[in-house]
Amino acid sequence: MKTYGAIVLVVALLACVPLLTASNVVLNFMVVALLIALVGQGWNILGGYGGQYSFGHAAFFGTGAYTTGILQLHYGVNAWAGLAIGIAAGAAVGAITGALSFRSGLRGSYFALVTLAFAEVLRIIASVAPITGAGVGTLVKLDLRWEAFQFQSRAPFYWIILAFVAVSLLVVKRLEASRFGAYLVAVRENEDAAKAAGIDTFRIKLAAMTLSAAITAAGGCFYAQYFLFLDAGIAYGPWISVEALLAPIIGGIGTVFGPLLGALVVRSLGELTKLATGHAPGLDLVIYGAVLVLVVAFAPRGIAGLFESLRAQFRSKLVERRHG
Amino acid sequence: MLSPIILIPAILNGLLTGAVYALVALGLTLIYGVLHIINFAHGALLTCAMFAAFFAHRLLGLDPYLAALGLTPLFFCLGYALQRFVIGPAAHGEDRNILLVTLGLAVVIENALLYAFRADTRTINLPYGFNVVEVGPAFLSVPRVIGFGVVIAVALALWLIMRFTDTGKAIRAVAKEKLGAELSGIDVAHIYAVTFGLGTACLAIAACLLLPTYYVNPHAGNAFVLIAFTIVVLGGMGSVAGALVGGLIIGVVESLSGLYLGESLGQVGIFIIFILVLLFRPSGLFGERA
Repeated sequence: MKTYGAIVLVVALLACVPLLTASNVVLNFMVVALLIALVGQGWNILGGYGGQYSFGHAAFFGTGAYTTGILQLHYGVNAWAGLAIGIAAGAAVGAITGALSFRSGLRGSYFALVTLAFAEVLRIIASVAPITGAGVGTLVKLDLRWEAFQFQSRAPFYWIILAFVAVSLLVVKRLEASRFGAYLVAVRENEDAAKAAGIDTFRIKLAAMTLSAAITAAGGCFYAQYFLFLDAGIAYGPWISVEALLAPIIGGIGTVFGPLLGALVVRSLGELTKLATGHAPGLDLVIYGAVLVLVVAFAPRGIAGLFESLRAQFRSKLVERRHG
Repeated sequence: MLSPIILIPAILNGLLTGAVYALVALGLTLIYGVLHIINFAHGALLTCAMFAAFFAHRLLGLDPYLAALGLTPLFFCLGYALQRFVIGPAAHGEDRNILLVTLGLAVVIENALLYAFRADTRTINLPYGFNVVEVGPAFLSVPRVIGFGVVIAVALALWLIMRFTDTGKAIRAVAKEKLGAELSGIDVAHIYAVTFGLGTACLAIAACLLLPTYYVNPHAGNAFVLIAFTIVVLGGMGSVAGALVGGLIIGVVESLSGLYLGESLGQVGIFIIFILVLLFRPSGLFGERA
């Protein structure tokens, strides 16, 4: 119950941001950070709760983005319908790749490798296929009406991505308390033991991957509407696979708020680096990579884990004082 | 469909390319065989070595083949230090963490190179860069024929090291039974680092063999490492012979699919082999277990 309250509070506070500032720079920063939080939450379900580290979440992000973009551009489909179909398409890619990989018993390094390979195959195909515009890219037509999921100002975009994030927080909170979530954590902790205890580990992992892919694809659809431009390197490029895992790992892997926290921290770090060095290419990513190594080395449970251990220390001191 | 006049040169050229792929894969498979992790920083380290060879030529005027003599021990030390002081301690002995740490290192190295040298593509000009020899119906590039010879020599040397030296025996012992090796007095952390060093040293040699005919930019290594992943999986994770045979097969497949499908889709052919092998025979051609 406490976490539900926290979700409502955090989302309500974040919803006030556009009322406090009209600065496009701030809103743009927040929109991108929330987008990464959403994509990261998708990764967190499979990686954080299920222990299956994917290095290719770009496959789902890109599928969502291209599906809605191409449907609007070539088939005149409404953008909101495109969103729904894009999410479904991403989930389908998750289900298919998941079924293939888990059916063959791929775990650990092998799973990371095969997800990476799926994303790369899609990227190469997208970079030559005529329907994606190949090298030129896909430009979603400018149509600034809410029916077309496009807006004059950034605030509505902000509230929509915030709503997506809010839903993803609630989904993960529900998952934590559910039987499915408990099975998923059992798979993470010891897959063989989980199987011996009668859990259908294949189905559990497959369900987690499908849900994870659907949430990440929603992020891809939003990206297409917000930036109105896609190419193979954006949609299926390694950058989004890295951001997707960076946010939850830095924020706190396998926690409800980890991806949101991590996305805000990572994005702030990136922006600060850019400010300090004046848009030097690559330097922000150098910092990302270094932070990833440092967090794994010194704070394996992320920022949320640090808070947790601080609180535990504080509490034990209180108890000591009371009894001492 | 295609006459042997076209087919034979394509196959021979594929074998020559495949040899260098095999060397990159050799480093990867060596590390996997002992540490049981996939080194996602492999590509970035290859790019690093290519830049080192490039600047050895540009600044010191060293021929890449000569530079290999210095760069190989240098990269051995680099690999040793990375494993001993960064990857090992940071991972707390958890495989999942090692994956993340090597991924983080790859991101750092690749983007540091991008920051330092921008995205420009660089090449070096050597007097023998475009020399060819005639073999039957085929004209083969001299640097690539030399490369083929060196790769065979390196593979043989590695095999001898693994077979007959004490370090080689210790490496094999750790690969087979880590705890048992530790109990019989082998310093496992040291052996891990030596293995990582050997794998990285392979990259330095590969970079020096590539440079006479290839270009270097901050993403150059990636093209090879994804192919190397395929080779390692195809040949069987941890199998040295598998890496050699797998490399040659992939070289020929790439050359032939480039001939039939065109350059850009030739790569998809490799990935499809990769995914199919992972899904249906994850232990590969020579692997013992998945």
